[in-house]
Amino acid sequence: MDMPQPDPAIIARKAQIVARLQAVLPADAVIHEPHEVRAYECDALTAYRCPPLAAVLPRTTAEVSAVLRVCFEEGVPVVPRGSGTSLAGGALPTADCVILGVARMNGVIETDYANRFIRVQSGRTNLSVTGAVESDGFFYAPDPSSQLACAIAGNIAMNSGGAHCLKYGVTTNNLLGVTLVQMDGTVLDIGGAHMDAPGLDLLGVICGSEGQLGVVTEATLRILPKPEGARPVLIAFDANEVAGACVSDIIKAGVLPVAIEFMDRPCIRACEAFAKAGYPDCEALLIVEVEGSPAEIDEQLALIKAIALRHNPVEFREAADEDQAKRIWLGRKSAFGAMGQINDYMCLDGTIPVTALPFVLRRIGELSKEYGLDVANVFHAGDGNMHPLILFDANKPGDLELCEAMGADILRLCVEVGGCLTGEHGVGIEKRDLMAVQFAADDMEAQLRVKDVFDPAWLLNPAKVFPLGVTAGRRAA
Amino acid sequence: MRPGTEAELAEAVRGANGPLRIVGGGTRGIGRAVAGEVLETCGLAGISLYEPGALTLVAGAGTALAEVEAALSAEGQRLPFEVPDMRGLLGTAGDSTLGGVVAANASGPRRLQGACRDSLIGVRFVDGMGMVVKNGGRVMKNVTGYDLVKLMAGSWGTLGVLSEVAFKTLPVPETAATLVLDGLGDAQAVVAMAAALGSPYEVTGAAHWPGQGTFLRIEGFAASVAYRAGRLADVLAAFGDVTVEEGAARWPGIRDVAPFHGRAGDVWRLSVKPSDAAGIAARVPGDVLYDWGGGLVWALVAEGTDLRAVVGPFQGHATLLRASAVTRAHVAPFHPEPAGVAALTAGLRAKFDPRGILNPGLMA
Repeated sequence: MDMPQPDPAIIARKAQIVARLQAVLPADAVIHEPHEVRAYECDALTAYRCPPLAAVLPRTTAEVSAVLRVCFEEGVPVVPRGSGTSLAGGALPTADCVILGVARMNGVIETDYANRFIRVQSGRTNLSVTGAVESDGFFYAPDPSSQLACAIAGNIAMNSGGAHCLKYGVTTNNLLGVTLVQMDGTVLDIGGAHMDAPGLDLLGVICGSEGQLGVVTEATLRILPKPEGARPVLIAFDANEVAGACVSDIIKAGVLPVAIEFMDRPCIRACEAFAKAGYPDCEALLIVEVEGSPAEIDEQLALIKAIALRHNPVEFREAADEDQAKRIWLGRKSAFGAMGQINDYMCLDGTIPVTALPFVLRRIGELSKEYGLDVANVFHAGDGNMHPLILFDANKPGDLELCEAMGADILRLCVEVGGCLTGEHGVGIEKRDLMAVQFAADDMEAQLRVKDVFDPAWLLNPAKVFPLGVTAGRRAA
Repeated sequence: MRPGTEAELAEAVRGANGPLRIVGGGTRGIGRAVAGEVLETCGLAGISLYEPGALTLVAGAGTALAEVEAALSAEGQRLPFEVPDMRGLLGTAGDSTLGGVVAANASGPRRLQGACRDSLIGVRFVDGMGMVVKNGGRVMKNVTGYDLVKLMAGSWGTLGVLSEVAFKTLPVPETAATLVLDGLGDAQAVVAMAAALGSPYEVTGAAHWPGQGTFLRIEGFAASVAYRAGRLADVLAAFGDVTVEEGAARWPGIRDVAPFHGRAGDVWRLSVKPSDAAGIAARVPGDVLYDWGGGLVWALVAEGTDLRAVVGPFQGHATLLRASAVTRAHVAPFHPEPAGVAALTAGLRAKFDPRGILNPGLMA
């Protein structure tokens, strides 16, 4: 993975830059010793590492503004960082950059149940947003798998999703406002407790811009009343195609489950070996979860059962109690851990039209044979967001490159059938060089212009999202 | 001009040597009058893809909304955000187009679940230099590159002329019920609506029409609607007598602001923090109608009123929707933005439409 050559002039000025940062921040908020900055050398895409010039951990919007002003004046690139859980390398540093971590900004600013929002500092973790309101019967809907660790700042940067966004939408659908600090230190409030924009929807383009337009320090998030209850069912099939058709029929029937998760045989086996959830031995498995009162849940599950039975499932397993419900989810929730036990893996994130599911799964199977690498599929089937896990051996020379090549082929396949490269993880560095598969030059040009407006000097997270060749002229400018 | 293909549209914009007034169905004309050659999008019509099993519809921007609604209805689906019909309020005629709906981010009472921009999953458009751009696509989850889809929604044709739009659709619920509370004052009504919206009973409409009642809508499968209506009635009992009506017959009138149809005066639309709504409305010298649990306040005031000046500062914004050209010339229809935000907005317009020919001044 290519990264831009660090600017030797910036590295040569490190002492001066650090001194200026120390002048605007408390002593413990500037990290610059070589052994200390190593903690920020990568995010969850650990195959790529590079210690930054320095890292700063501000506590307030004013401090973020001061840091950005210094970096702006010094011409130093800034890489914003939430909790560092990006699977796409969104927070990967360059040697000449300052990492701006928001982890210490984790407070709740305001909770408002009458208007159903919470305002938090952006370093607060996703799960602790729900934690702040759940005792009063509310929750924050987007639920990425990393929700225990990932920060709202990163969720906004990547427009994160989760298993339950089939019903509740992704981050952008649950974000009402932000405090955004621009690269030159300007602080802007965009959106708020009201429900639409006065003019252009700037909030909409800030969300998902991967930290390239500004640093979000505070966010107003929509919170929802917790449903009365939720219950999953497990449906096992002897063919992927049949499971795919069942998903489509459930959606068409007017039932709107909160989640429809799909696992294929390699994934089921690995999870079973790891978590011993008692999953049936089958080709494909769906976990469908519905919400409501017990009677409403019964009604919806009866409909789902009727649809599923038309597809001759190997098994239709209902949960008689909370413990059985947990066991249905157990395997799915351990999927990534289970895979990590057997192998190194690369997790892809392409989205496809739900109707293309059987074809894409078949093609992935063929690619797996061609490349000689196993693939396990686990994904959000209701909205077509695939997560093929390609298994490889990081210690075997050439295996990572082979895995990346196969991953690229799978993502090209997703685009070919009408889908996209990434459904919820973001582009980062990981899919940067594939952008041209999905976008024509003019499509990218239109996006680059947005960055030109928000960050004319191209200092914020500059080496991400777009192919380096496409941004070269702008980054040098 | 009435281009019949996206390529013709691009050619028309590229070749324009003066301002263009972009017209879909012409039913939602608001903002400052645009002097320019008319560019009609109705030639870019037709549903190019509809997969009910994938909840996805893609159509030309000039496709009539009625045609789309009929196609969806035939499969028991709908656009999720309850498109308002603005003809009665604005005194316009014609057939609303899908592109116009997007350009206006037109969202009805069901905005509580999501606005037009939340269901919009892809766009194709032509920028002010005639460059064809696509963004988003036809899948529900897509974070590939910047989200220009949201930026185009509600941009009133000032950043680009839409040629194609893609939507997530949803099944039409089996049935609906409307709970009615009579005789509440505005402040009490907003509190009652907040209580309903803070309950787990999935309210999809919360409106208050002073003097007529406070209305809460529930949708879904029959048994579920009956159950939730009962529970919600319990929640609302603290506020007064609750009547449960079958169906949702009242909602098109609320969606289209029917109480103001045919009445003289200027119409404003205030987007506010819901709990501030009654306090703000109390300063409105005219009639009001509350939607979105109070988050949206429609106001009918005497001609020529600068409602922003009368009401004073508040969190949110006010848009002048219907007024004479004279009033619109001296009262900005769109809410003035703070300097920093205005600079970004101006910067984006300068990039997407450097010649300033796309509906120039409409959003001023």
